Amino acid sequence: MKILLNNREEEFPREPISISELISMKKFSFRMRIIKVNGIFIPQDQYGSTLVRDGDRVQMHYLMSGG
Amino acid sequence: MKFDEIRKHLSRFRVGIAGAGGLGSNCAVALTRCGIGSLVIADHDSVEEPNLNRQYYFTDQIGKAKTIALEENLSRINPETHVVSFQTILDKSNISGIFSGCDVIVEAFDSAEMKKMLIETVQTQLPHIPIVVASGLAGWGKNNTIRFRKIDDTLYICGDESSDVNDDLPPMAPRVGIVANMQANVVVEILMQKSIRQ
Repeated sequence: MKILLNNREEEFPREPISISELISMKKFSFRMRIIKVNGIFIPQDQYGSTLVRDGDRVQMHYLMSGG
Repeated sequence: MKFDEIRKHLSRFRVGIAGAGGLGSNCAVALTRCGIGSLVIADHDSVEEPNLNRQYYFTDQIGKAKTIALEENLSRINPETHVVSFQTILDKSNISGIFSGCDVIVEAFDSAEMKKMLIETVQTQLPHIPIVVASGLAGWGKNNTIRFRKIDDTLYICGDESSDVNDDLPPMAPRVGIVANMQANVVVEILMQKSIRQ
């Protein structure tokens, strides 16, 4: 399947995958992030149960410390 | 539009500020100077000497609760802005109670964990209220890496989105102030586009 990940097209070998699977397949490291799928905010405790399907738009925004 | 008309428009709105450190204190000052009607400010800390490298406090306020010190400073700038402050640690259980009446919420925390907790809580419990987030302001220089992004009508991010604070990259007045004022600028932009509440 193909999804839009931060406005860039990315291909994955199967469909659907959970947010948690997406993070581990992309080998994204520990940084603090927030995620929206098709514009809907996904809380961290739903990363395992939220499924990403072909054509979905996934946005990840990173949170840096400091203020 | 003349400044008096802008101030009159802004006086009808309420802005929440989560955290009264480098981001929150400077953002609150900018919004108070613009004539925002009321500010709801929450923080649990007291003013300490190391805070003075970037936060809007004074040496004679060391030891004072930040909420009280900030209220004093804001009232000296513009007594017309009504300040409601909460000296409390924000968490998932009290955020919506404190900020539910706000037109916009400013995320002004230091730690990334708290930023995430606040955004998650506001986006799920108060999904109609826009939140203006700061992410990436450590160190000095690199003016052109600091940017603003509107993700959608409820989520705005200010900062370079890449620099994390550490011992060799501390938060300092110029970059923290730039991002805090950028957040205030986003708040003003959002409120200027809003029609007046009935």
